[in-house]
Amino acid sequence: MKPFRSLAAALLALAAASAFAQEAPDALVKRVSQDTIGIIKSDPKVQAGDQQRIREVVETKLLPYFDFERITALAMGRNWRQASPEQQKQLVEQFRQLLVRTYSGALAQYRDQTIEYKPLRAEAGATDVTVRTEVVRPGQTPVQIDYGMAKEDSGWKVYDVIVGGVSLVTNYRDEFNAQIKSGGVDGLLKTLQAKNQGTPAK
Amino acid sequence: MNRLIAVAALAGAAVLSGCATAPGQVDDPLEASNRLMFKINEPLVTYVAKPVADAYTAVFPSFVRTAVTNYVNNIDDLFSIVNDALQWKWEKWGNDMARVMINSAFGFAGLIDIASDAGIPRGNEDFGQTFGYWGIPQGPYLFIPLWGPTTVRDGTGSILRYVWSPTNEIPNVPVRNVVYGFVTVNEAPGAVEAMSLIDKAALDPYVFVRSAYLQRRRNLVYDGKPPPEKDEE
Repeated sequence: MKPFRSLAAALLALAAASAFAQEAPDALVKRVSQDTIGIIKSDPKVQAGDQQRIREVVETKLLPYFDFERITALAMGRNWRQASPEQQKQLVEQFRQLLVRTYSGALAQYRDQTIEYKPLRAEAGATDVTVRTEVVRPGQTPVQIDYGMAKEDSGWKVYDVIVGGVSLVTNYRDEFNAQIKSGGVDGLLKTLQAKNQGTPAK
Repeated sequence: MNRLIAVAALAGAAVLSGCATAPGQVDDPLEASNRLMFKINEPLVTYVAKPVADAYTAVFPSFVRTAVTNYVNNIDDLFSIVNDALQWKWEKWGNDMARVMINSAFGFAGLIDIASDAGIPRGNEDFGQTFGYWGIPQGPYLFIPLWGPTTVRDGTGSILRYVWSPTNEIPNVPVRNVVYGFVTVNEAPGAVEAMSLIDKAALDPYVFVRSAYLQRRRNLVYDGKPPPEKDEE
């Protein structure tokens, strides 16, 4: 009976996973953010500001839904094709580290905000949508946070986050451009590495 | 005196916006001097704004700081009314009108934000956005130490807002100066916090701030729904 039961559990898990793959992008954003907020609010280590735990939450709960290769390629713009495959690999890894660190810090600042999810306006077969949310903080102007999402084989993935109209991809594209202009792709890589190691660039 | 400086600044801005600007790319013909200003700003934040912010938050409890923010917001709302009308946004106009009347009358000159508790949203329109709405371009980007990023267009709007601020009309001079002091110091904690976030996230803080500022303002001009920009992919 026991093996049978574990098989059933495995099948159930598989079914759940594929259900997530089919999940609509707005439903996904809602589920993932509510999950994460739930943890942030209840986990004593996160509450105490334990950076490692916060990063763990980010790695396991949020990152699976981000397509860092796409994010990096978009931020590189036309410079992406000029980078060698090895450079591309390193860029994705370094950029990922930078974003995780930055966003873990931001997440630790989370207080008593609530998130409102706007109705998704997209055509039936769309493979690229913007999921709109609004973060409401008591006594302050709400902040609009949008997610650029693309449909991939493994489900919907975030490729841009737009906070109050400021796109993460656009912001870093401007920075990357400036870096590449002065030091080439290698210069950009060096800056990213220095930044991630906590040493001042230049 | 105040006004004289403002008018002089405005004249300067007008001259600057007359400068030819490079087409396409980011409009930052003054990048060299802006970067210098940005560099000057860093120690000013560390050694002036930071201690001021720390002292301010230590001395004054949060309800006092909230009251100062509310006072400033109420004046911003007052200017929103004007700019809502200048942009023919009558729904926002109604909201901002109600906000200012309620907060000024029942919230002690705006110290308490009753209107937000009542769920009346802020229109958040300023002169810079009105200029943008009517098709006036941003003009050259500017970075001002201890003030932050702006452009010729938005900076002109900010000057108008300060020249016409009701705070200038407070008849009792010592009281007026105390209000000026609070309003100025109240900006410090936010500025310090923003700089520390930027230091974490940015590869080139100057470009980071410029890009974020210009995107943010564009988003505001289009009320959160900007048309897609031509991408260079």
